[in-house]
Amino acid sequence: MSVLVYTESEEGKFKKASLEVASYAKEVAQILQTTVTAVTFNTKDASELKNYGVDKVLNITNEKLGNFNAEAYADVLKQAAEKEGSKVVILSQSANSKYVAPLLAVHLNAGYASNVVNLPESADPFMVKRTAFTNKAFSHTKIDTDIKIIGLSNNSFGLRENQGNATAEEFTPTLSEADFSVKVINVDKAKDKVTIADADIVVSGGRGLKGPENWGMIEDLAETLGAALACSKPVSDMGWRPHSEHVGQTGKPVASNLYIAIGISGAIQHLAGVNASKVKVVINNDPEAPFFKAADYGVVGDAFEIVPKLTEKLKEFKAKNA
Amino acid sequence: MKILVCISHVPDTTSKINFTDNNTKFDTSGVQFVINPNDEFGLTRAMWFKEKQGATVDVINVGGPETEPTLRKALAIGADSAIRVNTPATDGFQVAKQLAKIAKDGEYDLIIAGRESLDYNGGMVPGMLAALLNANFVNTCIGLEVEGEKATAIREIDGGKETLTTSFPLVIGTQKGLVEESDLRIPNMRGIMQARKKPLNVVEPVETTTQTSIEKFEKPAPRGAIKLIDADNLDELINLLHNEAKVI
Ligand SMILES: Cc1cc2nc3c(=O)[nH]c(=O)nc-3n(C[C@H](O)[C@H](O)[C@H](O)COP(=O)(O)OP(=O)(O)OC[C@H]3O[C@@H](n4cnc5c(N)ncnc54)[C@H](O)[C@@H]3O)c2cc1C
Ligand SMILES: Nc1ncnc2c1ncn2[C@@H]1O[C@H](COP(=O)(O)O)[C@@H](O)[C@H]1O
Repeated sequence: MSVLVYTESEEGKFKKASLEVASYAKEVAQILQTTVTAVTFNTKDASELKNYGVDKVLNITNEKLGNFNAEAYADVLKQAAEKEGSKVVILSQSANSKYVAPLLAVHLNAGYASNVVNLPESADPFMVKRTAFTNKAFSHTKIDTDIKIIGLSNNSFGLRENQGNATAEEFTPTLSEADFSVKVINVDKAKDKVTIADADIVVSGGRGLKGPENWGMIEDLAETLGAALACSKPVSDMGWRPHSEHVGQTGKPVASNLYIAIGISGAIQHLAGVNASKVKVVINNDPEAPFFKAADYGVVGDAFEIVPKLTEKLKEFKAKNA
Repeated sequence: MKILVCISHVPDTTSKINFTDNNTKFDTSGVQFVINPNDEFGLTRAMWFKEKQGATVDVINVGGPETEPTLRKALAIGADSAIRVNTPATDGFQVAKQLAKIAKDGEYDLIIAGRESLDYNGGMVPGMLAALLNANFVNTCIGLEVEGEKATAIREIDGGKETLTTSFPLVIGTQKGLVEESDLRIPNMRGIMQARKKPLNVVEPVETTTQTSIEKFEKPAPRGAIKLIDADNLDELINLLHNEAKVI
């Protein structure tokens, strides 16, 4: 009956989104009066999960699962859910979790709701609230199947501490040849770089910055804040910045605590993708820019003057508050 | 190589989103519908396979007659034929089931879908389809090359990318980056004329169940007024972000 949660880690460290899904799973388990079992891959030490209410950890140690592999991971999660008799399986909305969830849904014959932003509104019928129309609306969705899969929108629930035991147990699933018919041959990943999906703060630049050579000050601001970098669509279309930084309705969604938009007008397609951020700051020299209607704080003025000044002041602030 | 491109028919990105019938139905009045942008990247790549590697490209939608102009647009861009499964799309699983039937019967090698639809935002149809077909699956695909039965794909991951090798049958969930923005095609007059003569086959759905249902929609709460801070008083911005918003 245990609520099953897939907790991703990287080089032995749990991602923030994993601690968030664990926190969420704990409260779902309380509603259903059951416990939380986390599934981890190749982690030596899962004790951190204790603080987020995890009762039991099923760890899989297997070299073949060193790289994420959606089909194989879906197979493992299915076997773990069966072993635990889980009726609810919870994942984050990281790229890997979004990849594995629909495969798992078919294997478990489970209904899947993605982009869920709240605790279930009721357990019977099982109702969740999720975003739809790229953040322009929410839908209250009922999952009718016996087993339910929830994809929790990153940063929508936050971390909540709860004491658990996190009793670790080795789990040895049966893997087949077919699980490895998609093979990873190369991973190209920047180390120690905050990603948009995992970031608390995102600093984003638009066409108002005039050219790629002006991104130094944006990078300085981001570094000072420990933020991820993002940009508007035309900026990536023109090749000023990589596609991976393009945010908005047709780019990556942003759901950070703080989103700082610099030289971005605030077109409807841009706003749709970043609206889920909790606090938005806009810096733009045109007081009529639509972003001023969608943000919490705004500074009207020239980004080339404001951004370096703001970075200096933030450095002072950080030094004082360190 | 036989390619099937899944086309979701979605409100144009500038659409105002409203609901009717006590917030249970999307209000389509005055809304322009387009090919889901993620599917348009996929269709463009499919055209490349057609022109450079002799692939045949069919497009498919699960939906009512109102989606036909969107399928015609895909034909005008260059697809060979279109299929409409005549049933409203109710949830991701039901759509995947309908697509799986056509994909299997048609013996498609490569099935291209979008990472996510702009309206439902399920991010589930391509993965479910792959699982139902027992086909290989690459999500958030931003690069695809094919040689015989073998495929090499690039997948976007959080903070980077990954190169994968696999084989047919293959389903991909794709997005921006698969082709350049400048490669996207606007149908020209000749394409539109030809599209009128290309087959658009309407097939009846197979029996299936749904797993989820939308009970009600809700619009986000209106936001409070913005606080403007003077450009000469950035300390105040830092103060507000720290003490009021508590985000730094
Ligand atoms: C189908 C479709 C999908 C789309 N999807 C997306 C999407 O996902 N994401 C996205 O971002 N866009 C998307 N767009 C594009 C969107 O409509 C806008 O064109 C785009 O967001 C504008 O980018 P921008 O704000 O950087 O540029 P602009 O609109 O050119 O705005 C630049 C802003 O910078 C300001 N500025 C200029 N100089 C300065 C200065 N010195 N200091 C401060 N401010 C300055 C200007 O006042 C202006 O407001 C999409 C469009 C379509 C048609
Ligand atoms: N009704 C539909 N008909 C055909 N393809 C669809 C339909 N709905 C979704 N798809 C495909 O599945 C992708 C992801 O959709 P979704 O799972 O709804 O986010 C879309 O980009 C389409 O390629």
